Amino acid sequence: MDKLKITIDNRTIEVPPGTTILQAARMIGENYPPAMCYYTPLKETGGKCRVCLVKVTQSSEANPRPMPKLVASCLTKVENGMVVENETSTEVLEARKGVVEFLLINHPLDCPICDQAGECDLQNLSYKHGTEATRYEEGRREFEKIDIGDNIQLHMTRCILCYRCVYTADQITNSRVHGVLNRGDAAEIGTYIKNAINNDFSGNVIDVCPVGALTDKKYRFSQRVWFSKPFYAHRNCDKCGGEAVVWIKNNDIIRVTSRKDKFGEVIKFICNECRFDHKNMNDWSIENVYELDNDSVINANKYKHVEESPAVNVDAKFVSE
Amino acid sequence: MSVVRLTDRIKVMERKPMTFLERIYLPAIIKGMSITISHFFKKKATISYPEQKRPMSEVFRGLHILKRDDRGAERCTACGLCALACPAEAISMTAAERKRGEELLYREEKYAAVYEINMLRCIFCGLCEEACPKAAIFLQNDKLAPASFEREDFIYGKDRLVEPFLLKKT
Repeated sequence: MDKLKITIDNRTIEVPPGTTILQAARMIGENYPPAMCYYTPLKETGGKCRVCLVKVTQSSEANPRPMPKLVASCLTKVENGMVVENETSTEVLEARKGVVEFLLINHPLDCPICDQAGECDLQNLSYKHGTEATRYEEGRREFEKIDIGDNIQLHMTRCILCYRCVYTADQITNSRVHGVLNRGDAAEIGTYIKNAINNDFSGNVIDVCPVGALTDKKYRFSQRVWFSKPFYAHRNCDKCGGEAVVWIKNNDIIRVTSRKDKFGEVIKFICNECRFDHKNMNDWSIENVYELDNDSVINANKYKHVEESPAVNVDAKFVSE
Repeated sequence: MSVVRLTDRIKVMERKPMTFLERIYLPAIIKGMSITISHFFKKKATISYPEQKRPMSEVFRGLHILKRDDRGAERCTACGLCALACPAEAISMTAAERKRGEELLYREEKYAAVYEINMLRCIFCGLCEEACPKAAIFLQNDKLAPASFEREDFIYGKDRLVEPFLLKKT
């Protein structure tokens, strides 16, 4: 089939049929809409958080009328000759500001305590699109902390109900025991009768969680993310391939996460054994410095990685703060 | 070896024999003593420091303090923003989780088990105070880090940084 032409923020690109506006915007690579629930590696995600709203000023070449309302770009398919306004439209930015305010209504804003702070999608989103102060004075939802197995802790207070972890457990692992209970304002992620998720890949729910609702229990409170230094690393693992990112502080591995692309999406899911059980430097072959966004707080007080000297298989002794 | 002269501004000193007034020495002594004695009656430029203290500016940035809240619980939650903001990298900390029953000791569910400021590194810029989201760290305007002979004495732990509980005004 022919490729479809779409113009987003005055930049035109040709994409294959079936592509969504969000994917097309990411292909352009600049000023793409943010996404809190849509996750490329997982099927059927998207359409829940509403932060990716865009304005369609021309539906298609055949039908040049604008769409009546803002649409969720992660679910709307591209049509030929579509014209989309993302950050050039004040209407979109206003709507996004409202969406961020709604997402933060029940969020406890305990970033100084939360382990996700510094690599949190909601923090970045509200920094870019939110307002400085909150207008909400009523009480926020409160939950007890739930342990999902030995390694994962669930803070429902921080959850924004993006459903990513539910889809991960559904699609990456072969049996799931947790899901969303109740409806609307009362909805929460739960494991019926506090069932432990005992699956080799259950730890990936930590990586897909855009906020600090699902956190690594062994990493809990041990370090702020910006005090450790991430490196690409690999080990021989027959379950997942063992390609991961290790976070090093004072020559100790304090955390292992999966590798993410520039949209913050996991490239390859890693198994629980790699994630939780191998914290020894000798278990891993350290590769390069993990590349982060230029404006990431994790880069603070660190020397910048130089492209010309790839430090492949650096001896563990030289990898220091 | 000849000396290379950089300028021609050379003043040749002449050694003349002393006059009579210079030789009797007394006028010079009187002149000098009068200056010295006149200083007895002038206002002193110094103060006797430990007993007397000069008024300090309201915005002076001195020794740090980790404040407690109204109930006496420590405000610091070991978020690490002060250490991140610190241009001299003087601050380091280790976080710990608050246990059941410690709610009156620590305000948040996480607290700083170890909190150290190296006063030799600190430049007293006050960026930690600005970065603190919990209004926990402040630079006092009436205290300085005292001098010491040992380097270890300048690493201030929580024992010397946390506001004393008894001195809290109710």
